Amino acid sequence: MKTPIVVQDVHKSFGKVKALHDISFTVNEGELFGLIGPDGAGKSTLFRILTTLLLADKGQATVNGLDVVKDYKAIRKIVGYMPGRFSLYQDLTVQENLDFFATIFNTTVAANYELIEEIYVQIAPFKDRPAGKLSGGMKQKLALCCALVHKPVVLFLDEPTTGVDPVSRKEFWEMLQRLRKKGIAILVSTPYMDEAMLCDRVALIQNGSLLEIDTPQHIIAQNNKPMWAVRAKRMYPLIQDLRSFPETESCYAFGEYLHLTLKHGEADLDKLHAYLQPKGHEEFSMHPIQAGIEDCFMELMKSEKV
Amino acid sequence: MQPIVTKELTKKFGTFIATNAITFEVKEGEIFGFLGANGAGKTTAMRMLCGLLRPSSGEAKVAGFDVYKQADRIKQNIGYMSQRFSLYEDLKVKENIRFYGGIYGLSNNTIKEKTKQLLQKLQMEAEADQLVSALPLGWKQKLAFSVAILHDPSIVFLDEPTGGVDPVTRRQFWDLIYEAAGRGVTVFVTTHYMDEAEYCDRISIMVDGRIQALDTPRQLKAQFQAESMDDVFLKLARGK
Repeated sequence: MKTPIVVQDVHKSFGKVKALHDISFTVNEGELFGLIGPDGAGKSTLFRILTTLLLADKGQATVNGLDVVKDYKAIRKIVGYMPGRFSLYQDLTVQENLDFFATIFNTTVAANYELIEEIYVQIAPFKDRPAGKLSGGMKQKLALCCALVHKPVVLFLDEPTTGVDPVSRKEFWEMLQRLRKKGIAILVSTPYMDEAMLCDRVALIQNGSLLEIDTPQHIIAQNNKPMWAVRAKRMYPLIQDLRSFPETESCYAFGEYLHLTLKHGEADLDKLHAYLQPKGHEEFSMHPIQAGIEDCFMELMKSEKV
Repeated sequence: MQPIVTKELTKKFGTFIATNAITFEVKEGEIFGFLGANGAGKTTAMRMLCGLLRPSSGEAKVAGFDVYKQADRIKQNIGYMSQRFSLYEDLKVKENIRFYGGIYGLSNNTIKEKTKQLLQKLQMEAEADQLVSALPLGWKQKLAFSVAILHDPSIVFLDEPTGGVDPVTRRQFWDLIYEAAGRGVTVFVTTHYMDEAEYCDRISIMVDGRIQALDTPRQLKAQFQAESMDDVFLKLARGK
């Protein structure tokens, strides 16, 4: 079996901007591999190189054993690609879009129906609606169907859930899990850190460089810095006070709590309490927690910037 | 004066009811989170509140102005920012500020003064003559937000302001929101990040055109016996 994706020392610049710098990683068979990073990190550039739409300046990459430069025609037949921007025909109906993409790949919707069935049944009620009139979640489901219609070996999904509500995001990821079980290797990018937890392995990308490649569980396990969840009745003054505390290493809002790390960990706790005491925060509470994937990424991003 | 008051506000497109008799109030200086699934009717509601779309029935006042009769006054008195479109990428930082100042009818002198203040506050004096397209995303966001409130509106509408933004920049953006709210600006914000829902004073959740829940994040979690806002959202939106 050929390795679905191998990337070696890939570089790409646009003028002075280094979009990708020395990128290497491998996606294994049946693996759901997440590329996690903010807008402008270089994710889409990497997708375009791997889908043979853009040439790298340096380095090699293969998809299912095929070279992205020499074998570009063969690659295009075996990959499914969902670009970041909605790229279906807005004025064609759901059904017309599906038929269109099937025809391009010399197949029919019926031929590989088994693969798209679960997703298709959700959009079937809207099959006569123009794609441009679908809600965000529905558009993404249709785009996934179109990317799967020719039964690809490798699936490239560039930010499929950006701007999609939490319910649709959840459904979308359940579909990805099922596709993975069918042996399709998936490279998916996302700015949502909670989605990183659903991948087999993730690579964190920032400013064109990969910061870390690992399983999400291992990334979390590696972070052993003591962290506390803190809250008070009025959160904004609390953030400001905690950030002004000299021994604070980081303090970020996380849902209903603030996540706090201290320069010397537990050794700074007494000092912190003495510092906060006169500030008189009402309903103050503080308890130790295990850092989550988002905490870990923020930590990694920060160390990269320094 | 309440910044936003609606009563049975409704918008139909043909036989489809996009926004179905929503009634709610937003308080002064409040950060109000406006949540809902894709297609639940958020955008339609927001467009009506911004004076961009005429309601089919019901009432609404924004910044004290009537959405039917004073749509233009509403537009002059609110700020608006979305992730998708806010700044002109091919204009310089300075030019964007000048453009928005002009749109909001500020005098040349005011624009000059505001430009100086704003660049100083954002520490972007050195970037004044750079094209917006060349700025890092976090800076763009700060600039977009500052430009949206350049004319000192009493209320600002933020439509998914943090979509696709990294976790650190996202939080920095919320610092700006807190700061504005602290100055008394009312903030009406939509987001798909449920952790951000927790930062709001109160939130409403729309399902199929109706407001199905409206309360503080704490109360909503208690009401739905949920661990997090994510759970609340899933419970509500799934119950179709």
